[in-house]
Amino acid sequence: MAKIKNLADLRKLKDQLQSGTKSGGKSEHAEELVQVKIAMATCSIASGARETMNYLVDELEKRNIDAVVTQTGCMGYCYAEPTVEVKLPGRESIVFGYVDHQKADEIIEKYIKNAILPEGIIPVNYQKINE
Amino acid sequence: MSEYTIHLLVCGGTGCKSRTSHAVAGNLKAEIKNQGLSDVAQVVITGCFGFCEKGPIVKIIPENTFYTQVKPEDAKEIVEEHVVKGRRVQRLLYKDTKTEKIVTDAREMERYKKQVRIALRNCGVINPENIDEYIARQGYEALGRVLTEMDPQQTIDIIKKSGLRGRGGGGFSTGTKWELTFRNKADQKYVVCNADEGDPGAFMDRSILEGDPHSVIEAMAIAGYSTGASEGLVYIRAEYPLAIERLKGAIKQAREYGLLGKNILGTDFSFDIDLRYGAGAFVCGEETALIHSMEGKRGEPTMKPPFPSVAGYLGKPTTVSNVETFANVPPILLKGHEWFSSIGTEKSKGTKVFALAGKINNVGLIEVPMGITLREVIFEIGGGIKGGKQFKAVQTGGPSGGCLTEKHLDIPIDYDNLIAAGSMMGSGGMIVMDEDDCMVDMAKFFLEFTVDESCGKCTPCRIGNKRLFELLEKIAIGNGIPEDIERLINLGNVIKDTSLCGLGQSSPNPVLAMIKNFPREYDAHVLDKKCPAGVCKALMVYEIIAENCVGCTACARACPVGAITGERKEVHTIDTGLCIKCGACMDRCKFNAVIVK
Repeated sequence: MAKIKNLADLRKLKDQLQSGTKSGGKSEHAEELVQVKIAMATCSIASGARETMNYLVDELEKRNIDAVVTQTGCMGYCYAEPTVEVKLPGRESIVFGYVDHQKADEIIEKYIKNAILPEGIIPVNYQKINE
Repeated sequence: MSEYTIHLLVCGGTGCKSRTSHAVAGNLKAEIKNQGLSDVAQVVITGCFGFCEKGPIVKIIPENTFYTQVKPEDAKEIVEEHVVKGRRVQRLLYKDTKTEKIVTDAREMERYKKQVRIALRNCGVINPENIDEYIARQGYEALGRVLTEMDPQQTIDIIKKSGLRGRGGGGFSTGTKWELTFRNKADQKYVVCNADEGDPGAFMDRSILEGDPHSVIEAMAIAGYSTGASEGLVYIRAEYPLAIERLKGAIKQAREYGLLGKNILGTDFSFDIDLRYGAGAFVCGEETALIHSMEGKRGEPTMKPPFPSVAGYLGKPTTVSNVETFANVPPILLKGHEWFSSIGTEKSKGTKVFALAGKINNVGLIEVPMGITLREVIFEIGGGIKGGKQFKAVQTGGPSGGCLTEKHLDIPIDYDNLIAAGSMMGSGGMIVMDEDDCMVDMAKFFLEFTVDESCGKCTPCRIGNKRLFELLEKIAIGNGIPEDIERLINLGNVIKDTSLCGLGQSSPNPVLAMIKNFPREYDAHVLDKKCPAGVCKALMVYEIIAENCVGCTACARACPVGAITGERKEVHTIDTGLCIKCGACMDRCKFNAVIVK
């Protein structure tokens, strides 16, 4: 990683990252791909998030779906761990709760492949200040 | 391949469900089928939207229409007008209570939401192990601006004017704290992040460090610049391995980008951060004990003054702030103190993260503006009490706080109101109790914790808490006398007045608040030798009702101590002298013949 020399450099990097011309280890065309985020805080992992993540990575590849799978921090829905957020291109992101292997399979088959929403959606119930 | 183009999301949260949201969903489904749209539109029941007072909620995506107070009979109109003709049903749209303006877009609805995420702004959004994702969301911009456009005093002034107060429990003005350190001249100063989160049931600091470590790193650097410190230390408990790993990774990435280290962003400001591990002692959350622990000494508190801003780590001026407090700093500098102080109450600005735990449906981490009521937190965001049971109390401030009851549900939550109500903000744990929780037992639980965690340095805390605990134990096993309640109160107050540090000064709070709010429950234990909630085992008597008993022997076989006797097909009896009150007989009996008194 090259050093950021000044504030202008930092802003340039931010703009590049936002517009997707520079990617932080992500695919260049993330917006056009299925994006899957898995909450991976200690409590999520204790509830099986790592198994869910491994399963999603393996299965998406096996089923030939071009997707970016990343981890994130706590989404706050502790009662419904493991939680997974899926963003299909051109659609609003959807959060699913209690995602075990069976639910993950359902998410891939129903939602990612056919845009059918399975039960168990958690609506985002907070206001984000950055948007 | 079927591709639904319209999704109708119907809230299935407790509040909406009780207002027939299932009938709404059913009618919508039927209507969609009627109209022959089953291939185009899908009805889905979801979790809670957090708009319970306006339920039932129906949200239609992709166009983000948000309908409130939908009745089952509205289904036809929604499908005919909205789904078929693409016209919004105006009368069901959300109307701003103040401006009376109709809100059409659900994204607009964001600002009507009860939760506002400032400290948790990136948690669950970015990949915490990738600094680029933080930078893409304006990360390190605040540090950049501070270093190039502001002097330390200007930065301090903004933080002061924002009204940000310490989120670890103390509630001291963060800007003033920084200023005190800034004013003290020294060759070396330190910034310390207190990540020794010890309240049972509180996990917001861990979540921030695991989900957005850079926000803390950036804020520590800003605090370093503002106070004149070049070294930052994070005191974190070794029990948080993932938080440590992510924080270490984040520090490494920040160094590689030159956002930590020498001459940050081409300025002459240099700052670096190191970690210090705690062994999980509750008292080390107290800042003087924390500093001693970091110095390699015993984690014991010392008298203040001198305050850490004068003589802290290694005797040098030190600013100690908590993780959540730091996480609030970058947004304040980016959006201005006016923005921050527009959120919250007169004396408590901004938001607070709470960890909802206990007998509540939506156990989780929430961030709400100061001034929200407990009712909104517990019954709307939290989805109410588990199993439809009766709400009894909520413990805020962990083992240092007190319990709040039904009558406190509508007071606006802020630092001062909670203290006035006999509790405190603390670090933000909220343990919800229902009708099945015994207030003697809960007080015992919290005291057992403080007895365990007392460092032993001062007598009131070391011995006083132990005696308090013994009195509670005595009451719980039915040996209490009326004077014991008086003793609890007197001793509790002495401990509060004479202990050296915050741990002892607050440890009697739970028991004192519980006696104050539930006097009859304590009387029941002492006078009637009964535990109304049915928790204190020693006060329970298991009995077999002769009329219901068929003599199946199931209970006798289940009893681990052989306390139940009786012939086959004859009424059984329990020897209360032998009975250990495990409840196995009651669980096993199919005829409701075993009761507990």
